Amino acid sequence: MAVEQARLPVAELERLARTARVRIIENSHRTETPHLGSCLSCVDILVAAYFHTLRLDPINPRNPDRDRFILSKGHGAPALFQILAMRGFYPLSLLDDYGQDGSLFAEHPPTPDHLPGIEAATGSLGHGLPMGLGMALAGRINGRQYNTVVLSSDGECNEGVMWEAAMLAASQAIERLCVIVDFNRWQATGRSEEIMALAPLADKWRAFGWATYEADGHDLAGLLRMLSALPDPTGKPTAIIAHTVKGKGVSFMEDDNNWHYRIPKAEEVAAAKKELGVPG
Amino acid sequence: MRNAFADEVTKLGAEDSRVVLLSGDIGNKLFDKFKDNAKGRFFNCGVAEANMMGVAAGMALNGLRPIVYTITPFTTTRCFEQIRVDACYHGAPVIIIGTGSGLSYAELGPTHHSLEDLAILRTLPGMTVLAPCDEVELRALLRGALELNGPVYMRIGKKGEPVLHAKGTSVRIGKAVTLREGTEACIIGAGTILSEVIKAADDLAKEGIRARIESFHTVKPLDEERLAEVFGRYPLIAVAEEHGLLGGLGGSIAEWRVRQDGRLARMMAFGAEDSFLHEIGSQDYARRRYGIDARTIAARVRAALPR
Repeated sequence: MAVEQARLPVAELERLARTARVRIIENSHRTETPHLGSCLSCVDILVAAYFHTLRLDPINPRNPDRDRFILSKGHGAPALFQILAMRGFYPLSLLDDYGQDGSLFAEHPPTPDHLPGIEAATGSLGHGLPMGLGMALAGRINGRQYNTVVLSSDGECNEGVMWEAAMLAASQAIERLCVIVDFNRWQATGRSEEIMALAPLADKWRAFGWATYEADGHDLAGLLRMLSALPDPTGKPTAIIAHTVKGKGVSFMEDDNNWHYRIPKAEEVAAAKKELGVPG
Repeated sequence: MRNAFADEVTKLGAEDSRVVLLSGDIGNKLFDKFKDNAKGRFFNCGVAEANMMGVAAGMALNGLRPIVYTITPFTTTRCFEQIRVDACYHGAPVIIIGTGSGLSYAELGPTHHSLEDLAILRTLPGMTVLAPCDEVELRALLRGALELNGPVYMRIGKKGEPVLHAKGTSVRIGKAVTLREGTEACIIGAGTILSEVIKAADDLAKEGIRARIESFHTVKPLDEERLAEVFGRYPLIAVAEEHGLLGGLGGSIAEWRVRQDGRLARMMAFGAEDSFLHEIGSQDYARRRYGIDARTIAARVRAALPR
């Protein structure tokens, strides 16, 4: 069986994004899993990638020709776990034991040997891009045409190893590697711009030798246009700075960093579902 | 030893298209033949070891067999987090080579010494830890490491180390090699310090004390069968390593020993005391300073033997 893109239309992607947001919020409430704001900020990117552009084979998740996707901001795993189930890597019912002792589903992705669809176990920041670079180089050496997409964050750009990887990727002209920075302007305890001088973030990636683009990280049509354009015609690795809103989709969570750790109460879940237009 | 490594890895690169070599901006010209024989499979990853280790893990998870090479502290403690998470947590078959280990780079000062690497790396689940004493062991262990399906750390010397084994000696991961038979005591060593151990045993032999010598090139997993044999047979077991006394070969054998029932041999350990060496000199000087030179080993073993 070959790898395939889902290529769903934008209207369907929007519906899936709303469904995913509701599932993530309900799960956070039910299992008391934090990082809700971080999960909601990257949902549209995950939906665009998994339900449109990535060439995948959920029945044979180790298909050597598959595109590789690494959630390097590993604390976004509660979002990824829902997306992988919705995409058919495992049944939704597998998520029933989420957060229970002995479950695979907690706060960070487990290793690829433990859950289909995972390419790298992350959680400690700064690991996804070097590993993704290794995967992309392996593709070149093995003569395979897959893309490797790494979803990072502005907070993760604090890690020096990100920039080590950026320099090696540029020197290797590894065009089938893409980093998406979920740039929601927050990290765990404050504004990312105030903690480490990130600006000008896009120019930094450009200066490190990457073909760099800025996007609205919630505009599905725009995101899938960019993802579909990989690899970049310049032959450089691609950086997409995705401007996002932490807590996107729920008015009382948006751009409020308390939702990095806060767990929604039952009435907040109901209000969120109402806003997202999903009947409760 | 680094020349033997370069030679063997060049052969492996030609034999096995999965073999990829990553260097942290050292070994200029050392790997020219590898580059010729394995086109597109040599990567100078620059002075960026953390990234290099992550890249290697990503390659290993996608069908390649990366070998990572740089000076020991930089390929171990510098990027320990990446070894732990990217290689070991994922069970990725990355082979990590620490060159110039122990006090090989004595003159360069403690930034380039490695007296902690065995202790630290052996704590990682799934990690195999190797310390060949000469190029015969190095070549065999490198080939053995490629047959394992998990992460391996191997510390090697620098250059000009004597060959201690006869060519063709059988060396297998996890199996100690007897370098010399003896009756009064047994000295166990790992790595290039075994050349000092042999000199110490020569000194002892002049006084009629015949010491058996065991090369424990595999620090993890230990050859427990061999340990049980020698601890049951000799009154004294001495363990020598060019490494700190905390947690290395001696430490791991002591851990094994307390898990055993019954009366076992007395044990003594030769290794670096818990301090950095601020006064710089040659490797021989540094070994003397830490009391792991042949003369000190012989004197302390002699004094410890029952009269």
